Order: sequence, then C-alpha cells, then structure tokens
Amino acid sequence: MSELVGSRGCAGRLLGQGFGGQTSQPTAVERLSKVKPFDDVVAEHGGTVLRVCRAALGQSDADDVWTETFVSAMRAYPGLPDDANVEAWLVTIAHHKIIDFHRAARRRPVPVDVLPEPAAEPAPEPGEHDALYEALRQLPDKQRHAVAYHHLGGLSHREVAHVLGGTEAAARRASADGIKALRRTYQQERAHR
Amino acid sequence: MSEHTPDEVLSSLPSDDPPALARLRDRLAEASDLADVLDVAYRTLDTPVGRLLVASTGDGLVRVAYAREGHDAVLQALADRISPRVLRAPRRLDPVARQLEEYFTGRRTSFDLALDYRLASGFRRDVLQHLREIAYGHTGSYAQVAVAAGRPRAVRAVGSACARNPLPVVVPCHRVIRSDGALGEYVGGPDAKRTLLVLEGAA
Repeated sequence: MSELVGSRGCAGRLLGQGFGGQTSQPTAVERLSKVKPFDDVVAEHGGTVLRVCRAALGQSDADDVWTETFVSAMRAYPGLPDDANVEAWLVTIAHHKIIDFHRAARRRPVPVDVLPEPAAEPAPEPGEHDALYEALRQLPDKQRHAVAYHHLGGLSHREVAHVLGGTEAAARRASADGIKALRRTYQQERAHR
Repeated sequence: MSEHTPDEVLSSLPSDDPPALARLRDRLAEASDLADVLDVAYRTLDTPVGRLLVASTGDGLVRVAYAREGHDAVLQALADRISPRVLRAPRRLDPVARQLEEYFTGRRTSFDLALDYRLASGFRRDVLQHLREIAYGHTGSYAQVAVAAGRPRAVRAVGSACARNPLPVVVPCHRVIRSDGALGEYVGGPDAKRTLLVLEGAA
C-alpha cells in the first residue's frame, strides 16, 4: 500500500497546504478532549468518500479504494489537527489512492488468449446511474477528478487545485468543462432512449 | 467548508447506499486490524442486564460498559484515554461475546479472557485483581476486600474502586456487598446487581 498520505508527516504537509483551517495550534489538553472516535468519522464521511470513489473509478473498483483510503486515514488520524477539514482531508487521501489504482491498472497485464470465465452470478440490472458512470468514465482524468472532488466530495475549487495541482481557475474550469461534457453525453443519451 | 449541492446532471447517482456502507465498514474493521492501526475494537451485546458495550485493545478486554453509563460517552472516553483509532469490529470480540453469552445462560462460572487493566491504576487496580478471588456464587464485603488488598482501613476506597470498575461483570464487583447484607451500590444499577447475584445463585 502506498504511504503517500498514510504517515503523520505527510498528512501534516497536506494540511499545511490549505486544509488545516486556522493557524492557531490547539494545546495538548484541548486535543485530548476533542478527538472523536474514528468510528464517527467513518459514519459521517463514509458515504461522501464512496460517491467520490465511484465517480472516479466506477462502482466495481470503488470498494477497494474506499477501504484503503480509510485504513490510511486511520493510521494518520491521531496526528490530525482538530480544526482540520476532515472531509477535504479524506478526499485528498482518496485521490492519492485513486491515482495509485490507475497506475497499478496500467501495469496490470491484460490476458488476451484466455476465454472469459462464465459469470457466477447474473450481472446486476443496469440502473439509472450506470449511464452516468459510463459518461464519467469517458471524461479526461482531470475533469472527472475535478467533478468528483468538487461536486461530490464538497471540496472548494481552491482545495481541488491543491489536490490536482495547477491553479484554482484551472480547477474551476476543469469542473465546469466536465459538467458540460456530462450534460452533452449523458443527457442527450437519455433523451434518445 | 461551503455546502455543495451536486450539479443536476449528477442527481441520478445514489446519494447514499447503506447496505454498501455497512459491508464496507465490516471490511474496514478487518483491514485496519491486519494493518495494525485498530487500537480499540468494540461491539455491543444484548444481555439480561441490558445492552453492554465491550471493547478490547491488543492486550485484552479493556472495557465493559452498561447502557446507563452512556455508550457514546464511553467511546469518547476510550478515544481520549487510549487512542482515537476506535472502530466497531464485532469479530475481534467474538470470544468475549461467546463467554458472556455462556455466563448469562448459566453455562460458564469464570471467564477465560486476557484483561487489559490500563483504565484502573494504583490501589484501584489492586482491588480489581482481588475481586477475581471471590468465586462465582459467593459474595464478600467491602471490608473483606480491603483486608485482602492489604489496606484494611481503605473500605471507602474499595467502594470507589468497585463503582469505577472498567470491567464490570467480568471482574465481579457485583459480588461485593455491604457487611449488613444489603446489596449496596453498583455501576450497572441495583437491579443489575440483583440479577447477576440471582443468576449465580448467591441472592
């Protein structure tokens, strides 16, 4: 598993880039009385992180990345400043896991001369959202990530820029272009069905 | 952070998926344990004395809490005093759950579990260790426990150690009653104390 954002030091660095809220440092005593059990963090933000992972990777690969995201977050959690924006921190970790996943997928050999195994279970009925996942998949990475982190993860354009690199204006543009492209491909397709 | 409503084009994405999240939280409990980042695992159990919360560290069972203690407050205290890396992880507490179930159905008279006493220190910890010498079906007085713990005059301190026992039921502070035969106080309330003593045939 990548330790990109798994260690305290790196989480601190990310927070220093704009997720750390105000600059005042809590005292040890304040910290001791305020850090919630990690279970509460999962309950509050698990759904958002799942939506982000699904938008970025599709439904089938989202589970692994969701789990890796929360294991890494849990490792770093005791060092998290108590005024940190927890959701932005989690989406940032998820982003690194998503990038790792894409990299690993590119390295994975694709079997060409093996017959596909018969499916053990019938594929689930295509839902209303499958066309949308497909439309998301067709977006360029940067647009898909900007849409996922801003519209589903709740990050501001400035925070998205910290995660993806580049300027706030570029992040805003990637997000707007992504939504425009989604409207085109997804809504037109729906209209024709 | 400002609230963002997903753009209308994204509105067909499922906004929440409770079955998937429940499954993922179970997976996280296993994965975090394997990755050695799960410091406090907990679960709840329904018993004849109400819903009990049980929590363990890598060293053993660290907390048994009655509903009247407020389970949210108990979890927050575990986060404060041990580590905030707290997750509901039922499987890690399977042996505890099994032994408690056997106890409450009368099939078990002593617990064979590793215990982590870190939430009690000094004399309070000594008292807890001596409580385990009072056998199933028997009772002792606060004064007798004070003698056994080597401080015969510390009867009140014994009472306070029992009242703050982090491991009730398993460390049997319910077997300590007043010298005049009255049941006395109990962290789980007087009804729970009576229920346990009746179950054990001691009252």
